[in-house]
Amino acid sequence: MKLDGNAVAGLLREIFAVEMTLAASTCGGCGAVHPVGRVDVYLNAPGVVLRCPSCEQVLMRIVHGKGRYWLDLAGIRRLEFPDS
Amino acid sequence: MAFISRGFKGKRRDPAASSRLPPGQYLVDGFPVLSAGPTPRADLAQWTFSIEGEVDEPRRWTWEEFRRLPSEKVTVDIHCVTKWSKLDTSWTGVSLDTLLEGVETAADYAMVFSDGGYTTNLPLEDLTGGKAWIAFEYDGRPLDPEHGGPARLLVPHLYFWKSAKWVRGIALQLQDEPGFWESNGYHLYGDPWREQRYWGD
Repeated sequence: MKLDGNAVAGLLREIFAVEMTLAASTCGGCGAVHPVGRVDVYLNAPGVVLRCPSCEQVLMRIVHGKGRYWLDLAGIRRLEFPDS
Repeated sequence: MAFISRGFKGKRRDPAASSRLPPGQYLVDGFPVLSAGPTPRADLAQWTFSIEGEVDEPRRWTWEEFRRLPSEKVTVDIHCVTKWSKLDTSWTGVSLDTLLEGVETAADYAMVFSDGGYTTNLPLEDLTGGKAWIAFEYDGRPLDPEHGGPARLLVPHLYFWKSAKWVRGIALQLQDEPGFWESNGYHLYGDPWREQRYWGD
């Protein structure tokens, strides 16, 4: 089931400690720029997977367990967001 | 982060069933669909299954060739790392023993790969000895795409993320390397009876 990035607004706020859905993400595969709130999100999985809506490449994988986060950002070339 | 466990129907009291339940798991009646990406729609005319990597001669079957191989019906319990377990699931598939028969290799490990880019790693000995199948039917019917059809790996003695959906082949390797989830927090091996969910378990 595919949702959009707004579905992980709370989760990303917890990790990054700033509102992330308006951050601009640049896909490391195709270079497309999308607000995090508009990327494709798969929640029903062992972890959370964010994918580029233009090319479907994995942007971010988030695994939460044992009191830790594992955050793989290999598919994201850049995140741009205002300071607080 | 709290996920809602859909399909949770309450604890069973059947002691026979509870002895089949690994630590930290609960039973479900339904068959939850987990997916890390869009569901691929395979064209069976283009589908192949390959054994490659550390082998003298790579092997490849078309769908027609694959379906002519001897198949087995198996009934197994499955255990998802997200904590649901399902007992007595019925599958039809080709044993990995059949697919690997006569393959000459020095490899001790396998990387399973799927349509959509998913990968998962496991020791080669966990694929042989009647422990793993390439399944193409569930409950006597062709495997739904949402459950991994046309064919998925079935390796029920490990957490179900190892049973890769939409499987297309296996690369044999001299060294163990982490797959899609194993590279980001999930256990390299994933034995549900030892509750090997995450790194360090």
